[in-house]
Amino acid sequence: MHTSPAAVDEHAHENPALLHHFATEAQQKNAASLGMWVFLAQEVMFFGGMFCAYLVYRYKYFADFGSASQQLDIKLGAINTVVLICSSLTVVLGVRAAQLGKRMALVFWLVATIFLGLVFLGIKADEYAEKFEKHHVPGASFSYHELLPSQEKLPAAERKYANPRHAEMYFSLYFAMTGMHALHMIIGVGLFGFLAYMAWRGKYGPNYYTPIENAGLYWHFVDIVWIYLFPLLYLIDRHR
Amino acid sequence: MSDHNPASGHTAGQTPGHVSEHISSLGSSVAIWLALLASTSLTVAAAFIDLGPFNTIVALTIATIKATLVVLFFMHVKYTHEKLTGLVVVSAIFWLFVLLALSMADYTTRLWR
Repeated sequence: MHTSPAAVDEHAHENPALLHHFATEAQQKNAASLGMWVFLAQEVMFFGGMFCAYLVYRYKYFADFGSASQQLDIKLGAINTVVLICSSLTVVLGVRAAQLGKRMALVFWLVATIFLGLVFLGIKADEYAEKFEKHHVPGASFSYHELLPSQEKLPAAERKYANPRHAEMYFSLYFAMTGMHALHMIIGVGLFGFLAYMAWRGKYGPNYYTPIENAGLYWHFVDIVWIYLFPLLYLIDRHR
Repeated sequence: MSDHNPASGHTAGQTPGHVSEHISSLGSSVAIWLALLASTSLTVAAAFIDLGPFNTIVALTIATIKATLVVLFFMHVKYTHEKLTGLVVVSAIFWLFVLLALSMADYTTRLWR
């Protein structure tokens, strides 16, 4: 593996993780890291399209989106935000453990991240189940009969109800955005499961932890998507 | 950076090809984590106060502060020596801005005469 002229470097022979087409470990790591960041830039555009659709329809159906948004449970959304922030910390501690060469600590933090990811998905599944029970899932069985925001103050005869077709658009976007986010979480949990096994086998240490770091970048990105989804879907229409 | 790597046998910076560029300290990681938790409580509390159109502005400002903390400290962008990483991050934000701004410039002005 180390026969190419580029790899003739006294440090190169110390690290079996250095591939022959890279001159140094640092160059190899920078290339992998840059590739991950370019992938994340692409992910920004992927989620950006859905955020843009949400913005356009919220502008168009402002009152109906307010009504539909108030159907979400702020408490569950807030708990999930806290769970994700905690999982970001466990990822940071995992990368740190890898850099310091603490094998069992790395395995522990990766398993803790998987656990928190599953807690998030469990709470999300509970929220989805409630939407199915209330027939708030877009499709043939969708039904919506809720007031527009701040109509409770008016006499019963004057109260206006939200347009169910417009509320359905809110829930379409809700399921598309949180669903794609949840899919990213599921992929992340699988990724960390694989990494935890490889870490337990002792594959990662101070000289090679690029997979841990890149999976960490991915997980932090998924956390950032939720940091924006939470206020947009749950919070900004609560006061109305 | 107080942590040196005991297992690698040499400290960061002395070896040109050394991989560990930055090891985040336990204290600063926990501090960022606490700041993220505090801003989450703040944004939830602010959502129940009627600020009119400013509710959205406050919520998105807090979200952007949180995202910035995650990118700079948890994703190590603040400590990276690789200028290309910064370029990619700024490009991603710029293209997202173009996507949102130009789309909304269309949809919000369609009824203008």
